[in-house]
Amino acid sequence: MQGFLVRRLGQALITILGVATLIFFVQRLTGDPTYLLVPETATQADIDALRHALGFDRPLIEQFGGFLADLARFDLGQSVVQRVPVSTIIASRLPYTLMLAAGALVVAIGIGVPVGVVLALFRDGPIAKLAAGFVLAAQSMPTFWSGILMIMIFAVTLGWLPPSSTGGFSHLIMPSIALGLLSMATFARITRASLLDELSKDYVRTARSRGVRTPRLLVRHVARNAAIPVITVAALEISNLLAGAVIVETVFAWPGIGQVTVQAILARDFLIVQGVVLLGAFVTVLLNLLSDILYSVVDPRIVLERAR
Amino acid sequence: MSRPARATLIWRGVGRWWPVAIIALFVLAATFAPLLAPYDPNYQNLIGRLRPPGTVSRSYHYLLGSDELGRDLLSRIIYGARVSLIVAFASVIISGVVGTLLGMLAGYRRGVTEIIVMRVVDVFLSIPAVLLAIITVAVLGPSLFNVIMVLALTRWPRYARVAYSQTLSIVTMPYVRLSTLMGAGAVRVLFRHVLPNIIGSVSVVATLEFGLMVLFEAGLSFLGLGVQPPTASWGAMLSTGRNYVATAWWVATLPGLCLFALVLAVNLTGDAVRDRLDPRFR
Repeated sequence: MQGFLVRRLGQALITILGVATLIFFVQRLTGDPTYLLVPETATQADIDALRHALGFDRPLIEQFGGFLADLARFDLGQSVVQRVPVSTIIASRLPYTLMLAAGALVVAIGIGVPVGVVLALFRDGPIAKLAAGFVLAAQSMPTFWSGILMIMIFAVTLGWLPPSSTGGFSHLIMPSIALGLLSMATFARITRASLLDELSKDYVRTARSRGVRTPRLLVRHVARNAAIPVITVAALEISNLLAGAVIVETVFAWPGIGQVTVQAILARDFLIVQGVVLLGAFVTVLLNLLSDILYSVVDPRIVLERAR
Repeated sequence: MSRPARATLIWRGVGRWWPVAIIALFVLAATFAPLLAPYDPNYQNLIGRLRPPGTVSRSYHYLLGSDELGRDLLSRIIYGARVSLIVAFASVIISGVVGTLLGMLAGYRRGVTEIIVMRVVDVFLSIPAVLLAIITVAVLGPSLFNVIMVLALTRWPRYARVAYSQTLSIVTMPYVRLSTLMGAGAVRVLFRHVLPNIIGSVSVVATLEFGLMVLFEAGLSFLGLGVQPPTASWGAMLSTGRNYVATAWWVATLPGLCLFALVLAVNLTGDAVRDRLDPRFR
């Protein structure tokens, strides 16, 4: 187990290093990153001064070293437009995004898991067909369209919910649904697959032969085993939700990191964009690691297999 | 064959093929956009702004209404299909070819090639695709070409992973080993023996990715990072329509409906292709 942990941790570190390298090179795709940081009205003297101040005139290898050293200290640089550290800006907006992601996760699991159970239990019946259609529709629905439709119906026409921005719990409902629907489809599919897999096993047949009825069988015998893949997927879906928040936050004027990112792109405040992407990648790697460890804790066979 | 039986058969055919029909409809609309669109998609009739579907203004007949600049929505939707389909086709083909080649190479060569390619794949997959696309467009600047490049850059690892894992098992097959013993080089083994065996799985990934690419393009355009105005793109139309949800529902609803219909049809087709080619997924 310890060997597995150490190896897995090492892998995660290498991946993070790789992510940083990739971002470093993306930043230089057009040659000189200074141009990403200055407003279009900047004079040549301004550009030269900033290039020197940020060290973009140093050798590439030196810049890369500095970039990594800053990252290791969690220093994401300073916003050129707002003159505030990027980490401060992100930290002030992060709670909103986390709130939104949590709401979306509740929607995704709350609808997705029961739908997946229905899909698995009633395989080819009319209810399952309906559920399958629902999943497919949710998967094909662009979040910005479902968001706009909801605003039209529930905010503008019916007046039940506030159309955008933050406030009480009621402000969170529509954005959570818009963001959660896509992950809902993932949860439904995984739950279905995992449940079908589990139901085909010998112990289930034995239990059935002993006269255990379906509800009791599900709750007492199958649920725990079938939950393992669902839990690991949950960890991975969180990073998808964080990324999806970029669009949903724009639709609902929700003041999270997604909105900041879009505003930063339009204001040519590149370091904020870079900070958010690095954070997103970091969170993803961390959640991947967590989900692997979680998996190996609930299912020790994994570690044995990988050790071989 | 009795009459009702034939009717059922036809009906079943319709039930199975309507997604393909929808895709074909959009492809036709995109291909023949100049012939089909009733008006110039960029012509602004400022007197006829935000007219509801079916109105006539200055001898203009707005079948699906007009937008905030008095442009014909139907014409813009038809031209918008072009952008969606071009971006999706091009990015799927580029990322599919690049990803498959690299994945096959990693699975065949093993060793250093395998480690490098698969590590890079891991790195790419651990950056949420939307974020990677956004930062790259932010650097390169938004344009049709750049959007295609960015989507190809972010999505090739999907294909690489599938191609890699399939190649690993195929390369160990006796007939492949024999062919190597008989002097077949990498190119011959990969293209004669490996590629025909993995092309099915790769096409499954490609169809499912196609729908995703349509959504990605629309998402980038929605954020203002896609094709630039005045070029019609469904995502950008939704973005401006958002400002008129209270007064002109059609501006945002109709392009969104097309987007939804296209992606739904692609996903249904993708599921069908998967059931056909890859029975293990069933």
